[in-house]
Order: sequence, then C-alpha cells, then structure tokens
Amino acid sequence: MKSESLMKIENIVLRRGGTTVLDIPELHVQQGRVLALIGPNGAGKSTLLLTMAGLLKPDRGKIYYQGNPVDSRASRSDMRRKISVVFQEPLLLSTSVYKNIALGLKFRHLTGSEIDKGVNESLEYFGITSLAKRSAKTLSGGEAKRVSLARAFALKPELIMMDEAFSSLDPPTREGLMEDLRHILEETKITAVMALHDREETLRLAQDVIVMHQGKIVQSGTTADIYNHPDSEFVANFVGTEIILEGTVKRCSEGNVIITVQGKEIEAIGNFSIGQRVYCCLRPENVFLSSRRQDKISARNVFEAKVVKIIRQGFFNKLYLDCGFPLVAYITIPSYEDLGITEGISVITSFKATSVHVIPQGK
Amino acid sequence: MDLIVQGIIKAFELIISFDPEVMGITWLSLKISGTATFISLFIGVSIGTAVALNNFYGKRLVISLINTGMGLPPVVVGLFVTMLIWRSGPFGFLEILYTPYAMIVAQAIIATPIVMGISLAAIQNLPPNLRLQILSLGASRLQMVWVLIKEARLPLLAAVMAGFGGVISEIGASIMVGGNIKGYSRVLTTATVMETGKGNFDIAIALGIILLLVAFTINALLTQIQQRQHPR
Repeated sequence: MKSESLMKIENIVLRRGGTTVLDIPELHVQQGRVLALIGPNGAGKSTLLLTMAGLLKPDRGKIYYQGNPVDSRASRSDMRRKISVVFQEPLLLSTSVYKNIALGLKFRHLTGSEIDKGVNESLEYFGITSLAKRSAKTLSGGEAKRVSLARAFALKPELIMMDEAFSSLDPPTREGLMEDLRHILEETKITAVMALHDREETLRLAQDVIVMHQGKIVQSGTTADIYNHPDSEFVANFVGTEIILEGTVKRCSEGNVIITVQGKEIEAIGNFSIGQRVYCCLRPENVFLSSRRQDKISARNVFEAKVVKIIRQGFFNKLYLDCGFPLVAYITIPSYEDLGITEGISVITSFKATSVHVIPQGK
Repeated sequence: MDLIVQGIIKAFELIISFDPEVMGITWLSLKISGTATFISLFIGVSIGTAVALNNFYGKRLVISLINTGMGLPPVVVGLFVTMLIWRSGPFGFLEILYTPYAMIVAQAIIATPIVMGISLAAIQNLPPNLRLQILSLGASRLQMVWVLIKEARLPLLAAVMAGFGGVISEIGASIMVGGNIKGYSRVLTTATVMETGKGNFDIAIALGIILLLVAFTINALLTQIQQRQHPR
C-alpha cells in the first residue's frame, strides 16, 4: 500500500480576490497509482490540479517533485515537462489531429521521425489512427476528447492530470472512453491525478481518493475506504449510501457471476473474467431482513448477519451488519419492532443477484 | 451625365493603356501603404498580444485607449507628424517632411491601433485555458505566444485587411506630410483630390476606380487565405 511519493504538497494556500480558494496542509501523490479528486462544483478540484501541475502559482506553500522542492522558475518549467494536463474542454488547435498531437513533442525539439513515432503510437493507443488527417475542429465531442488525451500521453509524462475527463460526453461514448482509459492506465502504469465527478468513474479508475469541499481536503484514503467509511456527514452525503465491497470473480457463465468477498460468495449479473478484481455495489434499500432462514426467500444471496450498530433515522432505522463482510440495511420501525432487533443479535439478510452492481476495479 | 460617361470611358482608356503616370501613382500607393501596414503589423500584433496576455494595473484604461486609437482621425495624425518632423521640430533633423518616408510613418501610426485593437480582441477571445494547456504541453513562454498568434490567424488577417484598407484610402495625413509632389509623393488619394479640383474628372474617376480595384484585390486575396483556413 505504501509506495513512493512522486509529488508532495505542503501548506498550499491560494487566494483569489480576497477569498481562499485552496488550503491544503498536505497531499501526497503515490508513484504508479491513480488518485481521484472528488467533490461538488467549486470545491477547488480544478484549481488544485492546475496548482499541482505548476500552472498556477500558490500564494503560500511548497510543492516537492520526486523529493526536490519546486520553487524556482526553472524547477517549475522542469516539472511542467514531466507532467501532462488534460483539461475539461479539449482545447484543440485549429489544425489537423496529427499536428495537435505533435505539438508537445515539437516543443521538445524532437526530430521528425521521433515526432512521427510518438504521434502514431499515441493515435493507436486511443484508437484514433483514422482521424490523423482530420481537422481538429470537425471532430465530435468524444473524438476531440480522445485527441486531447492522446496529445497528453504522446509526451510519455511521469504524471498525468485530468480534469473531468468524461464530462459532457454521452453515455456510450463515456463508457467506451472510460474502459479504454482504464486499460491504458493499467498498461502504462502511469501515475495519474484525476478530478472526477461520479462514483462509477472513481471506482473504476482510482485507487486513492481525496474528497474536497470549499478548497479543503475533507477526507482522503483508498477508494473503498472513502465509500465505506465516510468520516463526516458531508462525505457520506456526497459519496452516497451505497455499500461497496471489494471482491474477486470466482466463476462466470452465461451472464451469472460468482464473486468472492472476504471468503463469502456473492452472486451477481454480468460478464467478467475469472480472477478479475471488482467492486460489488449494493444499495441498503435492496437488502432485506428476516428473523430466520425461510425457504420462500427467492433472492440468490442469503447470509446470516450480526447486527453491529443501529442508527435511528426518522421513520426507519439504519442497521450496520456483519456477515463476514460489512452490509447496511434499512428497516421500518414496525418491522424493526416485529423482528425484535437489538445490537448483537443475528438476523438473516438477503438481496437479489440483480441488486448487485458490479464495477471492475482500476489497475 | 455626359461628364460621368465620358469620365468612365477615359478612365478605362488610362487603365488599359497602362498610362505610366497612373501606374506610377498606383505603385507608390501600394508601396507606401503596404510598408506602413507591415510595420503596424509588427508593432500592433506584439503590443496587442502583450496587453491581452498580461494582467496589470490600468489594463482597462490601456484597452480603451487602443480602441479609441482605432478611430484616430488621419488629419490629426498628419498634423502631429508634420509638427514633429517640421524643420524646427524634434525630428526635423531627419529631413523627411514631404517625402514618402513621412507618409509611411503617418500611415503606420494610423494603422497600428487598428491592428493592435483587433489583435488584442482576437487573443482575448481564445479560450482562457488554452494558454495553460499549451504551457502544460511543455511550451516555453515564447512558444506559447507563437502558438496563440497562429491560432488567432483568422482574426489577425482581418486586422491586416482593416489596417491596409484604412491607410490606402486615407488622404488627410498623406497630403499633409507627403505634399502630393508629382512623381515623388503623389498617391491615389491625393491625386484624386487634385484632379477633381482641377476639373479633370476623367483622370479622377480612373484613379478612383484603380483605388477601389486595389483595395478589392488585396482584400479578396486575404479573404481567400482566411476562408481556406476556415473549416466548414
């Protein structure tokens, strides 16, 4: 888990017109991992990305890159050449796709054949070789996004920063790009920091997550950590109430998949390869409770669980359960009283295979 | 009515026969206004870009001044340039009053704010994050500025057209600092005024038509370049 720190930032403060837009006491970017910055609009994700990339100068604080302080014009431009930034909008120049991708390589004064090799490799990576001669201004949103990613990857950066890589793309385009990007990140083992918007993107692509709010870090940890153990109401509301379980695919046939989660087997729907690491996402409202094992339960997943904690929330109670893996369920007050639930007793929990949303893990 | 028809016929005669005096005047006009536009392009684009890309105290005031300069009355420019290069003026030692050089200076002063204002707007109109994107691809500051200028090439061509169109058709400054000396500093506009004053409408009409043709040809050429670059 603990790997080498590629970038460290210390006591960064950035002000804009009298208000503090960024206040980060400490942040590490671990070598070879994907870090997601999540948070509501205006939380400071983009500003933090640009500051880390050396494009915005903080009012106070220090950035260390590979252990060396970045505090001079020379060191900043040196660091900039090792980092690529992909902005939310594709920002392509009005020339051909090829020339757009070649741009950064040209800035580095590479030879024609080196540039050609780099551009073609990157075009191939993102499956856009056929677009090379097209004018960048005639591309669709998804194509333009791929070109802007290819332009950043062509530089073979040590660190890549992506601001809302999937915003304003229609669902199939977004899905395709996300899956391709996941493969590329996996293959290149590149370190990445991504400002992301939604849960699925984060689970699929990132291993570490930082939740931001009003320019501050409110929680940081591994992806599963953040989603399963939000340590404040803000984070809990932002990440949603889903239970997220890490598991490995054990069997898969005809769209039915068996996933091992902490020694237990969960049945779900989908096509995955055996041994693939996945997240099983489950909404508490889809978890049912009964007092003892009944034959009439049609759900595929039935587990005996221990009630760990009960939290009263208006007309229902929220139960934290332990069935070898953690689970959360809602129960109405009358059923709660009917079942005679108290902390420490055992109950039977069940959920349908179709209620489990399986997401492949990043890297 | 007869006068006009006669004039037009005579005008075409002069043009088709490549009348040496008319051709000389046309060539001089092109040289003076072309050089002036070229000079204004350097000064205008560099200062316009610098103002657009930097934040400093009083930036808005500077932009207002540049925009005001776009409507600078040529006679006022002519007056100031004349005063400056008058024999007893601060630049009198150059002895360029009533020469084509003085006309180039005056026309460059007229065209520069036009080019500057349009360049400024063109660079400001680029997406705000484009600069950062280019820098993040590893560009030096100079490389970044060059890419931005190339990216704004369509509106910059418009700046060239506006600047050239402004000075080729300008008369006030040209006549004040150039003096309309036959065969030396006489250009299309000053010649047209003089011939009209003398009642030589045919020559005046010929000169007017040539002026229009020159302006049209140059603009058509630039428009061609501009629109070919422009993706549909």
